[in-house]
Amino acid sequence: MLLIECPWCGPRAETEFSYGGEAGIARPADPDALSDAEWADYLFYRSNPKGAHRELWNHDHGCRRWFGVERDTATYRIERSYVLSHTGSDAATGSDAATNAGTGYSSGNGD
Amino acid sequence: MKRYSALSLLRNALDYNRKWPTAWRSPEPKKSYEAIIVGGGGHGLATAYYLARDHGFKNVAVLEKNWIGGGNTGRNTSIVRSNYLWTEASLLYEKSLRLWEGLSRDLNYNVMFSQRGVYNLGHSLQDMRDIERRVNANRLNGIDAEVIGPAEVKKAIPCINTSPSARYPILGASLQRRGGVARHDAVAWGFARAADALGVDIIEQCEVTGIDVRAGRALGVATTRGPIAADRIGVVVAGNAGVLAKMAGLRLPIESHPLQAFVSEPIRPVLDTVVMSGAVHGYISQSDKGELVVGAGIDAYNGYGQRGSFPVIEHAMQAIIELFPAFSRVRMLRLWGGIVDICPDACPILSKTPVEGLYFNCGWGTGGFKATPGSGWAFAHTLAHDRPHELNAPFSLDRFASGALIDEHGAAAVAH
Ligand SMILES: Cc1cc2nc3c(=O)[nH]c(=O)nc-3n(C[C@H](O)[C@H](O)[C@H](O)COP(=O)(O)OP(=O)(O)OC[C@H]3O[C@@H](n4cnc5c(N)ncnc54)[C@H](O)[C@@H]3O)c2cc1C
Ligand SMILES: [Zn+2]
Repeated sequence: MLLIECPWCGPRAETEFSYGGEAGIARPADPDALSDAEWADYLFYRSNPKGAHRELWNHDHGCRRWFGVERDTATYRIERSYVLSHTGSDAATGSDAATNAGTGYSSGNGD
Repeated sequence: MKRYSALSLLRNALDYNRKWPTAWRSPEPKKSYEAIIVGGGGHGLATAYYLARDHGFKNVAVLEKNWIGGGNTGRNTSIVRSNYLWTEASLLYEKSLRLWEGLSRDLNYNVMFSQRGVYNLGHSLQDMRDIERRVNANRLNGIDAEVIGPAEVKKAIPCINTSPSARYPILGASLQRRGGVARHDAVAWGFARAADALGVDIIEQCEVTGIDVRAGRALGVATTRGPIAADRIGVVVAGNAGVLAKMAGLRLPIESHPLQAFVSEPIRPVLDTVVMSGAVHGYISQSDKGELVVGAGIDAYNGYGQRGSFPVIEHAMQAIIELFPAFSRVRMLRLWGGIVDICPDACPILSKTPVEGLYFNCGWGTGGFKATPGSGWAFAHTLAHDRPHELNAPFSLDRFASGALIDEHGAAAVAH
């Protein structure tokens, strides 16, 4: 069980949160200008690193707010939680909350 | 290769089983190969076997960082079926099922393929409509499939709870009688032994740490046992696909997640078939040793650790006890996780890549064990001819740009 720090509510059990996938994927500023390959990259391709990963979490059984988490995908160690910026100064972080809220491909059974 | 037979069993028994030959050699890696397969799971070993058997490749190596079959091949719940919804997927899985049906004989190795049937339960009107649609689609593709009602489910599986007052009542199921389970370790060992007999070098404890790409062409790999050159490189590393892609400067539409399973203490025979429920997220069978084999869903977060979180286990266990109240007193013995490679459309990628001479076979996610022989067969064809077989052409990387996804989420009862 992960212990995740909500920037507003403090450390809570993983079961209070839902996962929103990789952070920092900016919605294309000029959608008409994108090639099919660029659309594919935006929609489907992910960096999927083994190691440090910036990702979105939603405290949906608490304050229901989105925030960012830096976590190691090999050790599962959480480095820090952070508030998403909405200033647009950092294109990647600026649009986090708006873009991938809830787009993680989340459920799937093995068989 | 010394053939295994009833006679050889008897002869070796008389020798107190001290004279069995090793099943495959452990050669030193050569400087170069015609083809290198990275990853000694079932899919990689099958690829090497069919390359040597069907395409005349004499100089092939399988490079495995640990021991063969130690990845998802040895960690899965071993369910085999082909009742996927879409034609592209069902034909590929059906090719595999047909290979399973002759596999023990082909390999001269008992993979213990047991066609005990697979039930996919429906718990709502919508589940039943989806099941009927899928069964009809399967039949149109020549795949055996039936829709059955709750009374037949109860008759076939007496210990299941079909009470209408259950939290998730069972309204019926799809049944594929040709589906079943196989012994996962034996699949890896059987392919390894048969490939070795055809001259394939199986090299364990050899981790690929880099891919040598020059002017858009892959020339070889760097490994913990030195550099090895190759004309063609097939990467078949499941949850580590993204790590290998990065070595070649590529990205993939794949994310790695932990997937967990567990087994109980052995109990008397109680369940002689396979039961799956996408709605309650659990699937179960009983091994020949008597253990209940239970599989869970993936952890939602990305993960490369071969373990996941407890809430997921609890969730799967709740589902199983809901279906089989009698199992509530059974104790669980072992639990483990694998790293599965999840694709956006829940279908695999068997494909050429933008790098010449470099091919990827990945994205099987939570359900690739059943595809082991078919995947190796189609991927060997792709490597040998530098183009996909018609069975795996729809599973190329370009589908993510063209939009021709094969959406098997839910449809194939792989849960939603
Ligand atoms: C808990 C669980 C339950 C499952 N249940 C089912 C089921 O019931 N039915 C079903 O059909 N499927 C199931 N699956 C999925 C199935 O196990 C996989 O899709 C399938 O086994 C993948 O086989 P593979 O050979 O591609 O991968 P693997 O068996 O994982 O083989 C990949 C190999 O590559 C090696 N490797 C990785 N990186 C490197 C490197 N850098 N250099 C060299 N080697 C490397 C690894 O060590 C590994 O041995 C389940 C999976 C899990 C985890
Ligand atoms: Zn909160």
